[in-house]
Amino acid sequence: MTAATPARGRTYADYARPAWQRFLFTRSNAVIALLLIVVLVASAGVRNFGTPITVTFLLLDVAPILMIALPMTLIIVTGEIDLSVASIVGLSSVLLGTLYQAGVPFEVAGVVALAAGAAGGALNGFLVTAVGLPSLAVTIGTLALYRGLAVGLLGTTAVTDFPDFWADLLTDRIPGTPLPGVTIVVVVLAVAFAVLLHFTPFGRGIYAIGLSSEAASFSGVHVNRTKFILFLLSGLVSAFAGIYYTLRFGSARGDNATGMELSVIAAVLLGGVSIFGGRGALHGVLAGVLLIGALASALRLASVTAEVINIITGVLLVLSVLSTSFLTWLRSRRRRGGGTKKGALSATTG
Amino acid sequence: MFPRSTHSRGRAVGIAAVALTVALTAAGCANGGGGGPSGTGGGDDSGSDANLSIAFLPKNLGNPYFETSNAGGERAIEEFGGEYQEVGPTEASPDAQVSFINTLTQQQVGGIVISANDPNAVCDALNEARELDIKVVTFDSDTDSECRDLFINQADAEGIAKVQVDLITEQIGDSGQIAILSASANATNQNAWIELMQEELEANHPDVELVEVAYGDDDDQKSFDQTAALLQTYPELKGIISPTTVGIAAAARYLSTSEFKGKVALTGLGTPNQMREYVEDGTVTSFALWNPEDLGYLAAYAAKALIEGEISGEEGESFEAGDLGEYEVGANATVLLGDPFVFDAENIGEFDF
Repeated sequence: MTAATPARGRTYADYARPAWQRFLFTRSNAVIALLLIVVLVASAGVRNFGTPITVTFLLLDVAPILMIALPMTLIIVTGEIDLSVASIVGLSSVLLGTLYQAGVPFEVAGVVALAAGAAGGALNGFLVTAVGLPSLAVTIGTLALYRGLAVGLLGTTAVTDFPDFWADLLTDRIPGTPLPGVTIVVVVLAVAFAVLLHFTPFGRGIYAIGLSSEAASFSGVHVNRTKFILFLLSGLVSAFAGIYYTLRFGSARGDNATGMELSVIAAVLLGGVSIFGGRGALHGVLAGVLLIGALASALRLASVTAEVINIITGVLLVLSVLSTSFLTWLRSRRRRGGGTKKGALSATTG
Repeated sequence: MFPRSTHSRGRAVGIAAVALTVALTAAGCANGGGGGPSGTGGGDDSGSDANLSIAFLPKNLGNPYFETSNAGGERAIEEFGGEYQEVGPTEASPDAQVSFINTLTQQQVGGIVISANDPNAVCDALNEARELDIKVVTFDSDTDSECRDLFINQADAEGIAKVQVDLITEQIGDSGQIAILSASANATNQNAWIELMQEELEANHPDVELVEVAYGDDDDQKSFDQTAALLQTYPELKGIISPTTVGIAAAARYLSTSEFKGKVALTGLGTPNQMREYVEDGTVTSFALWNPEDLGYLAAYAAKALIEGEISGEEGESFEAGDLGEYEVGANATVLLGDPFVFDAENIGEFDF
């Protein structure tokens, strides 16, 4: 029933508009516009914001969220979710630290951490696709499991002293720019995921699954295989984020990145991806991550306290979700010429 | 045709509404911050060239211990005419302080006074700040010594051991049996202190006998039970030292409701809020800890001395710290606050942490 409500997919009304409007007035572009407004207002009104060093710090801060948001977007578009990403960050960080401390060369330890992340993601994928459990339940479980392994392996100690070469490569500025080295990794990953989602049959399958898993299956989309690959990619990217995280802070700890899954999901939703699946675009998500980061950075510079920053980010997120529902409701109301109570309800709950 | 026009207008209105909300929020906050301590940028503070804008960065906000120490810092900064601000994360997670350090770096404050959640995670960020000539003072919890200019050490092991021996021997008349209620058997700090206490007892208090070191594992119930066991095993026991805040509070709770109240002395390391009722009801005469307010006060003056170039962190340099007097920089760029602070019925009302 829910699959048939107009809010889920594109309605005919979407295509009734001229092409330029359809490409310009999208949810993703609204987020990009917001990002630009925040940057412009903050540059003008907040001292020390409009400097290259802001860009450096901002990118260093949001890099892991940017990376993990990519596979997360694809997963949420299929209508699933992965809550275990931050725990995989922690696990990969701890594995890297423990192995390196035990004398394993850093590069080998890094590959093992990546493999462990992919395996963690594959386990999620297996439980969701082969066993058929809901991803929400599965990844709540593995969130605790992977975090438990991470903390169990290293206890309350931390491994420090990682090779400067790799840390510098990721965190030092690219000569002549304010961009830290990790930007290159983020850009490469973003392009790869954008191509995968928006320009391949695999990507169209992802949207199809999100709109209706059954219909997608009947049209020849390998639903389970697609989901499995996405969870595996999510684990792999999270593990890489874990390596970055470890190198950036020079500290491998079991509690690294605790709670980051919520920052990632918040940014993905803010970026215009529907939590019910089937809708969303990567450029909106990237803008969403940067929007939250830039806003927090500007507010910190304006000496706003951490609690207030959390409140503002939360309100922004609620407003963004509300605005989508509100617009859908408004649209359906006008289309029905005044609209009935029943019509409004079915549109907003969809 | 009807849906076309309303559709795009509705969406555009929605976008504009959200945009306006955010713009207003950001602008409002920008205005709020402009007048605050963030906007100094250094330069013309009270005639001198030094940028005395000093930021306190505790492990987390809303922690009474750091509220006390930062109040000391604020008082010091007001005294010497600098600008005080306090920033920090809501949770004491290892990486949470980094973005605040980065922000302070961007704001070009003169000095950062920090209690580090993780000795390494904040290192790069602090060093980035120091490259821009921001002075970094750590207090309470140090970082790796390569990441800061100075560490203000709240107390050294000798001082902590001696003050507890002094307090107990004074309270029991310098003779009789005492016991120690420690944390866990392998707690590094406590074991070092206990060893020093034993040396001090042997050297200067020949009539005092240490009969047992019991371990409450920093667990409230276990410490409570261990206290009961000590009192039953040694009927002649005259005093207990508990060099851990969990242990002393549990022991005081037991004593206050037992027949031994006022007869068996108890001292050690505790915090005023935990110990207040036992000091007021006479179970405990006095106990020790450092004074976090003095710690923050000293850290602020140390930051000032660094900013003004009076000291650089070399061993043997000295600086004035207002009411606290003159301090000397010790080995490894460390300044020792001094002897632990003794809390008793007279002064406990002045503290809230």
